Amino acid sequence: MSSSRASTWNKLGDAAYSKSEKVSADLVALTYGSFVREIIKDYEEPDQVNKELEKLGYNIGIRLIEDFLAKSGIGNCSSFEESAEIISRVAFKMFLGIRATVSNWNSEYNSCSIVFDENPLAEYVELPPEYTHSLLYSNILCGVIRGALEMVQIIVECQFVKDQLRGDDTNEIKIRFKEMLQEQVPWNDEE
Amino acid sequence: MELRRFTQSAPKTSNTTMSNSEIAKRNILDRPLTRNREELYLSTFSFLFAEAVQYLQTRVQQVSELEDKLNQLGYRVGQRALELLCFREKMNRREIRLVSILGLIRVQLWKFLFNKSADYLKKVTDREDEYYIEEEEPLVNRYISVPKDFGQLNCAAFMAGIIRGAMDSAGFTASVSAHYIHREEKSRWNAPVTIFMIRLDESVMNRERQWTS
Repeated sequence: MSSSRASTWNKLGDAAYSKSEKVSADLVALTYGSFVREIIKDYEEPDQVNKELEKLGYNIGIRLIEDFLAKSGIGNCSSFEESAEIISRVAFKMFLGIRATVSNWNSEYNSCSIVFDENPLAEYVELPPEYTHSLLYSNILCGVIRGALEMVQIIVECQFVKDQLRGDDTNEIKIRFKEMLQEQVPWNDEE
Repeated sequence: MELRRFTQSAPKTSNTTMSNSEIAKRNILDRPLTRNREELYLSTFSFLFAEAVQYLQTRVQQVSELEDKLNQLGYRVGQRALELLCFREKMNRREIRLVSILGLIRVQLWKFLFNKSADYLKKVTDREDEYYIEEEEPLVNRYISVPKDFGQLNCAAFMAGIIRGAMDSAGFTASVSAHYIHREEKSRWNAPVTIFMIRLDESVMNRERQWTS
């Protein structure tokens, strides 16, 4: 990863964040918390809640990518490696106000981690003991990443592997690259 | 912030320095609340809120049920927001009079959550226990267009819930609902104005009367 590209992305991220219209971070954190509470009430089982959060995130991701591409000035994400950097340097900054780092690349370059120390979604949150080892409170982020990447033809699998709410030292989302979809000419239904 | 200083200067057990996250891990109550107000991109909230509406919508049969659920979602936000606001703004005075708490909600709480005060606070003529807050363009409705078959659904029911939550935790039990009103002169956005109708519980009114007598 050349450092000049990295700093270009950092700048794009900062610019997208600073010029955007803002809302209180507390409103976002409290609303998310209340929403998670509602889902827990509906599903009860933490595993089911995690799945639902991922699904909701996916729905957000497939719509959010358009806003992201339009506002950030990013042309296109041509490779998985580049996309991971753009997510952490530009998208995280733009939507969450924080910059994440990409690390833990495997030797085949098809799996990496997005690591971030601050999590605006989990502000003021403390998990009750019965949820500490089962609930992935911010799992919505995994879905957002998967959904957004799918819209640019990149199929991935995301998984929260570290969460400060569980007592880990940082937050870490593992992304595994699965396949690149071929761009297809839209079906012509007039024929 | 005595606790915080103490944990930071504690002997290091490993070769890593103690980060904020490690302090946070020990006890959430040790973390300072009085940090600078932080802001996020409006779309982050809009996407989240829109998804919450979609989620709740699949679990209800009627528009009124959906509004109840949004109200409940907001209630939990309101309860916490009032507490957080008092800490952040170091408001040491507890509001015990109806008009003061309504004013606090219209100005401080609204600014804290929505970056502006609500447009108007009015009393319903002829009714002692009813007030309403008027808002031309509630934040939550900015990017929401309600399908025709949803009738009069107003997603600002979420904000009505916030008002209810904040009032309730301040000791002013009330029912709060969001409605559209259509005016002769159209608003800037060519959309109907939203009012939050606040109907106070009888117990609150009895207490108010004791104050005034």
